[in-house]
Amino acid sequence: MRFVFKTDYDQDLRFFKHEGYWRSYGFLFIAAVTAPLYLGDFEISELTQAISFAIAGLGLMLLVGFTGQVSLGHAAFFGIGAYAQAWLLASLDISFLVAMPIAAVFTGIVGLLLAIPLLRMTGIYLAIGTLALSIVLEQILKSWKTVTGGFDGKAVDPASLFGHEFNPDSWDFYYVALAILILVLALCANLLRSPTGRAMVAVRDSEVSARSMGVNIARTKIAAFGISTAITGLGGALFAHKLQYLAPDGFNLIISITFLLMIVVGGLGSLQGAILGALVVILLPQAITIAKDYLPPSIGHQPGLEPGIFGLILISFILFEPMGIYGRWRKIKLFFDIFPIYRKATFKRQKAYLKTERMR
Amino acid sequence: MTAVLSADNLTIRFGGLTAVDSVSFEVREREVYTIVGPNGAGKTTIFNLISRIYDPTEGRIRFCGEDITDMPAHRIAGIGIARTFQNIELFEHATVLHNLLVGRHCKSRTNVFEELAFLPRVRRAEHVHREKVEEVIDFLDLQPYRDQYIANLPYGVRKVVELARALCIEPKLLLLDEPASGLSVEETENVAFWIDDIKNDLGVAILMVEHDMSLVTEVSDRVLAMNDGRTIAEGTSDEVQNHPEVVRAYLGA
Repeated sequence: MRFVFKTDYDQDLRFFKHEGYWRSYGFLFIAAVTAPLYLGDFEISELTQAISFAIAGLGLMLLVGFTGQVSLGHAAFFGIGAYAQAWLLASLDISFLVAMPIAAVFTGIVGLLLAIPLLRMTGIYLAIGTLALSIVLEQILKSWKTVTGGFDGKAVDPASLFGHEFNPDSWDFYYVALAILILVLALCANLLRSPTGRAMVAVRDSEVSARSMGVNIARTKIAAFGISTAITGLGGALFAHKLQYLAPDGFNLIISITFLLMIVVGGLGSLQGAILGALVVILLPQAITIAKDYLPPSIGHQPGLEPGIFGLILISFILFEPMGIYGRWRKIKLFFDIFPIYRKATFKRQKAYLKTERMR
Repeated sequence: MTAVLSADNLTIRFGGLTAVDSVSFEVREREVYTIVGPNGAGKTTIFNLISRIYDPTEGRIRFCGEDITDMPAHRIAGIGIARTFQNIELFEHATVLHNLLVGRHCKSRTNVFEELAFLPRVRRAEHVHREKVEEVIDFLDLQPYRDQYIANLPYGVRKVVELARALCIEPKLLLLDEPASGLSVEETENVAFWIDDIKNDLGVAILMVEHDMSLVTEVSDRVLAMNDGRTIAEGTSDEVQNHPEVVRAYLGA
C-alpha cells in the first residue's frame, strides 16, 4: 500500500505525483532513448511512425477524450499539416524544425475557422459534419495540383539540420520524433492542469453547469478544436518526413477512423491512452502479418483479415474495457497500491442519480 | 437594506404556456429568501431566468443595481451569482478538487498560450485558486473527499460538493435549487446550519427553492409562494403557510 503525504499545493501541480511515477516513467524514458541499441532499423522506423500517429492521437484525445466533441475529420488536419510541411520546405528556404511549428499553427488556424460553424452541432451531427471534412479534403488534395501535386503526389524535401541529413527510417530521425512527442506531451499536460483544460473537462461532463460556473462554452470548444487540430497537424508534418512522398489517398476517412480507434483502444480521457493506442494501431498489422505464417492457410489467406481483426478489437474494447488499455493499467496499479482492499466494484460506474434531461 | 437582486414583472412564455407570469420580488443583503410552491409552479424556471439559461419574455432582472436581463449566461458567475442544481450537475468524471477549481474559472485571467507553457504567472494563479478552494473545503468539511471522483461519491456528499463549487465563485448571491431534496433528516439539518453560516459568516444573500417546510421555516427570512407561475403570497414562513391561497394550492379547494 502507498500513502502519499501532501504538504504543498505544488505537489498536485506536478506531472509526477510521487516517486513511483519517477521510477516507472524514468524507466520508460530510458527504454525509449536506448531503443536503437536493441531494435533493428525496421522496428525503429515503425516506432517513428507510431510516434507521429501518437502526436495526432494526442490532438484528437484533447478534443474527444477531454472536451467530449467527436471528430471523424482529423485525417484532414493530419493531411493539412503534412502538405503544409512539404509546401513550406519546397517553397521557402527554412529548416524543417522551423517549418513544423508553422505547419502546426497553420493547421490550427484552419481548424479554428472550421470549428466556428462545425461546433454549432453536437453528437452524431458533429461526427457527420467532420466526416464530410475528411472527404472534402481528399478531393481538394487531388484537385489543387499547383500546391499538392494532385494525383502525382508531392515529394517532401528531406529533413536536415546543420548539414546533417536525417534518414527517416533510421535512429537519428527517431530521436527527433521522440523529442517532439515529449514536447507535445508536456504542452498537453500543462493545458490540462490549468483553467482552460479544466473548462474543457467541465464542458464534456455538463455544459449547463459549466456555463453557470462562468465557462464560455463556445469559446472553450473552439479553442479545444484549434489546439487539437494544431497538434494533429504537427503529427502530420512529422509524418510527411517519414513518408517522404505524399499522396492524396494517404489522408482519407480510413485514417480518421484509425485515429478514433487509437484513442478508444488506448483509453479515452488520458494522454497515455493516445500513445498506447498508436503503438497498438501501428504494431498490430505487423503482428497480424507475422501471425499469418503460423495460421492455417484457410484463415491466414482470407481477404479482409486485418480490418476484421481491427473491428473485433474495437468492439471488444467497447464491450469489455471502455476505459481502454490505460484504464486497465490503472486498475492493475490500484490493485497493488491499495493491496488487500481492492474490490471488484471499485471502478464500477454508479448509476447517475436523477440526471436531468430537461435543460439539454 | 439594499436589494441584491430584484426581479421586476418577470414573465416567460413557452409557446402557449406561461411558466412564470409577472412575478416581482427582491432579495436583500444577508437574507435567505425562499420560493415555495407545488410542482410546476415555475420555481426552477425563475432560477433559469436569473442564471440566464432562459430569456424572459417580459420583465427585467437587476443585480446590485445592474441590469442583467441581456447578459450572456457565462458572465453571470463572474458578477457574483452562483447556483446549484435540483438534480446535481457535477462533472462526474473529475475529482472533487477539479470540480471546485472549475468554480474558480470566472476568476482566472490567464490565456491559453500562457497555460500551454505553464508560465510562473499561471502557477501563482493556481496557488491562489487552490487556497480559496481549500477554504471552502474546510468550511464544508470536505477534506476526506478531495481527491475522489464524483462518480464514486454518495448522493449526500455530491450535494455538498455542488454547494462547495458554488461557494468557490465567491458569490454575492447564491441560488439553491432544492438543497435538501433526497437528503436524510440529519443531512438536512447540516444544510440548515450551512445556510446560516453562509448567510452570517460569508455575508451571502441566498435565494432558495425548497419543499421541506421545516427547513424553510428554520432558515428563511422571507418566503414567496407561487402557483401556476403566479405569486400567491409573500411574507414570513408562518404567514405564507397559513395563507388561504397557499393552503388551497397545496390541498385543492
